[in-house]
Amino acid sequence: MQVTMTVNGNEVTREVEPRVLLVHYLREDLGMTGTHWGCDTSNCGTCVVLMDGEPVKSCTVLAAMADGHEVRTVEGMASGGTLDPVQQGFMEEHGLQCGFCTPGMMLTARALLDKCPQPDDAQIREAISGQICRCTGYATIVRSIRWAADHPAEEVTA
Amino acid sequence: MQIPAPFDYARAESVDDALALLERHGPESRVVAGGHSLLPMMKLRLARPEWLIDINDLFELDFIVEETAQLRVGAMTRHGALLASEVVGRLFPIVHDAERVIADPVVRNRGTIGGSLCQADPAEDLSTVCDVLHARAVIRGAGGERVIGMSELYRGPYETAVAQNELLTEIRFPVRPRSSSAYEKVERRVGDWAVAAAGAAVTLDAGGRIEEVAIGLTAVGLKGTATRSEDVLRGEVPGEALFTEAGRLAAQDCNPVSDQRGPVDYKRHLADELTRRVLRRACARVAAGTSTHAAGQEG
Repeated sequence: MQVTMTVNGNEVTREVEPRVLLVHYLREDLGMTGTHWGCDTSNCGTCVVLMDGEPVKSCTVLAAMADGHEVRTVEGMASGGTLDPVQQGFMEEHGLQCGFCTPGMMLTARALLDKCPQPDDAQIREAISGQICRCTGYATIVRSIRWAADHPAEEVTA
Repeated sequence: MQIPAPFDYARAESVDDALALLERHGPESRVVAGGHSLLPMMKLRLARPEWLIDINDLFELDFIVEETAQLRVGAMTRHGALLASEVVGRLFPIVHDAERVIADPVVRNRGTIGGSLCQADPAEDLSTVCDVLHARAVIRGAGGERVIGMSELYRGPYETAVAQNELLTEIRFPVRPRSSSAYEKVERRVGDWAVAAAGAAVTLDAGGRIEEVAIGLTAVGLKGTATRSEDVLRGEVPGEALFTEAGRLAAQDCNPVSDQRGPVDYKRHLADELTRRVLRRACARVAAGTSTHAAGQEG
């Protein structure tokens, strides 16, 4: 079937089998491997992307279900050489070790800050509670998101 | 890599369209709402529909409407929307108690109340919640609409009264004065299914005695509600001794199985303890005015 969606602002149309999951569509059909593929059971959250601005686990959404929707991946976070404050925060506060959970964590953080620009630590922890950091580096992830909240318009050249 | 078996996909544009698609594609077609129960089962090949009818565009089923004597919730209302709803929390704090511990915030962005009830997983939280609130399910088919109670809806694990060519469209919660409710769950880790959980809805009479009460248990093999516990509570003034007896009976009347989430005696212990806790909290909420006629904030 033909599926058309907006990925990071660009309209993309592909012929896909209905059973193709959004995570594999992004990684294999579009070659955008920034979205990671982890547990395959909607537990780990590394595959989180934004669909119409809301974080979703792309291993549990069909590409067909995203037809007509706006999808945002980690590749779409920086704009024009400027990192998103969340990305900058992860650099400043050492929010990643192995980096496997990072794309999903950052997108969830972006959605949180869009809704709630000054979350407290409890809100940050709740927001990322569906995502697992296998390095167990949660404290620095929370600090990274806190940094982004405190520097909303930080201009940094990548 | 877990990939579902091949299927064809159609997106319904209205309830009537969904019903027509189900009729046209027959017994091997299934409705997908949020997909967070069905897609994992399809990935494991435990479910192999030939047609998937996507109802995510049925915004007409995404609503929360407060009426005088009832709250109407559309079947496509997402868990996240229920949790964010002020009116849901005010009228039925049990729903917020449960929603806070259903999966995680990202999953709650997709999962729906209708999908949860139709999945009918025995460890599913909202079934217990709807049960004790005496909710009614509105089911639409080609021949029209019917409204049934939860005991009629739930036929057994993964089986409901919603026929293959029908759609659950709405859940109706009766609003009662001097009433409140609570839910508590023990899980192995954040977002997991319940090891055990309990829910209670209580109505006190003008004199402060328990006029009506319903107690449900999740994941411990209780059929219906805990009727013996309810019987000892009805007509009595709420108190610890009473809650203890209700908990003891609930633990006796459930029928848990030993599995990776825990042995039978532990689950019975939880059924006992959690029954006491939800009764205590529901009664306290009525007293504090977190009930149908007051806008309390107690969480």
